[in-house]
Amino acid sequence: MGLLDAFLGRSRPKAPNLDSLFAVPSAAFTLQAALDLRPTGTGSVCFRSASGAAFAQMQEEILGLIEADPQAPSVKVTQDGYGFTWLNVEAADEDLSTLCTHLHAVNSTLESQGFGHGLLCTMVPFESGDGRRVGLVYLYKQGTFYPFAPFPGEQRRDNLLEMQLRDALAGDLPMEKDLQRWLALWNAPGL
Amino acid sequence: MAHSRFIKDSGLTARMTLVMFLLGALLVGLVVAVMYILPVGFAPLVAVIGIGVAFYQWWSSDKVAMKAMRAREVTPAEAPELHAMIDRLCAMADMPKPRVGIADMAIPNAFATGRSPDRAVVCVTTGILGQLTAEELEGVLAHELAHVAHRDVLVMTVAASAGIIAGLLTRGAQFGSMARGRNNNAAAMILVTLVVSMVVYAISFVLMRILSRYRELSADRAGAYLTMNPAALGSALQKISGGMAAIPEGDLRAAKGMNAFFIAPAIKGVSFSTLTATHPPLEQRLEQLARIQTELGRATG
Repeated sequence: MGLLDAFLGRSRPKAPNLDSLFAVPSAAFTLQAALDLRPTGTGSVCFRSASGAAFAQMQEEILGLIEADPQAPSVKVTQDGYGFTWLNVEAADEDLSTLCTHLHAVNSTLESQGFGHGLLCTMVPFESGDGRRVGLVYLYKQGTFYPFAPFPGEQRRDNLLEMQLRDALAGDLPMEKDLQRWLALWNAPGL
Repeated sequence: MAHSRFIKDSGLTARMTLVMFLLGALLVGLVVAVMYILPVGFAPLVAVIGIGVAFYQWWSSDKVAMKAMRAREVTPAEAPELHAMIDRLCAMADMPKPRVGIADMAIPNAFATGRSPDRAVVCVTTGILGQLTAEELEGVLAHELAHVAHRDVLVMTVAASAGIIAGLLTRGAQFGSMARGRNNNAAAMILVTLVVSMVVYAISFVLMRILSRYRELSADRAGAYLTMNPAALGSALQKISGGMAAIPEGDLRAAKGMNAFFIAPAIKGVSFSTLTATHPPLEQRLEQLARIQTELGRATG
């Protein structure tokens, strides 16, 4: 937003950056090699649903679109305590590029219907050999990624692991530099 | 091509620009008048002091406002829900996260202050935390974040500078008339200064309030688009206004100086209210929110 728009009080909602999401599959190889983290085959988009008929209608459309895929991934819709909707896509195999295509379908539908500014983040969970889960989170408005590694069963983050992930992925993905933006996503679906 | 549900309000922008222009013209007019009336060396001195006062108010707005409201900054550990809400809103709006404060007051209200978006504070009272639902509180926070994004503290301080200088001149003229009432020429000069500065002060007072109302409407719009839930902000405003009226006057006077930064004014029902209110009437705010709601709910082909 320009300074003039700020002074005139006419800021408009920030549009999301959708393209960086396709860099996730290549980053997954790095994660597997460096930290033995494998994709779980799931991923979720977190967005703000607008009130009104138009949004409900569009959400139906999105669900139909993904379920029409011959490989038929399952889609679950959940609400979190902050008023955001999570759309969790579970692919049949561990192929991240199909998953990303599905997630992108969700994003682009939201954007084409004029709800793109409601996109908050996308999370792709990874699992280590001992069953621990770590989320790779993409922030739409900043166009950057960050890791979210909760300790299993606790509301505490493994900051050391998160830093390791950040450093490992720095070459593949634009990582969020401002640590304040590393939102804690407790109880996110798939983690 | 992506379809946008954002409706512009060119009328509001135009009216706001006009008011800001008038305030600027008023400042220039005052400076010119002072240069004519007062001895040569005097005008720059008045201008420097006036700008200095305005600059100080803007520069230390976060500390002064927090102190005036007896608010204290809270860490994410102390108020996790509030911080998480603001985190999410800032991520959606792509703005730096402001500091968060809580004021221990029964009046349900919230304000934002600070010299720039990087140095901003968003503060809520314990009254508002108790009365609003999570959705409504989020609407209010989005409104306050819009004030931060629109740099309202800076805009309002610059807009106030004509009034500040006029106020200083009025004081100065009063002291001057006491000190040297004997000299005829000087007495006339002081009288003219007094009249000019009082007129300027009165005009700037009214213009400031009009500008403040426009800024509130802008913040409502931006907040509603951010949360995509205009109804929640609407019901929060209704609840807050109701609470404001229910609380006795005596408590409210303490908050008077902060009114321009509040979400709903703490003083109600002054005569002249349409001209001198810092906030637009509730019906006008709800009407705007209803328009946004319609736009968000409209099905597209």
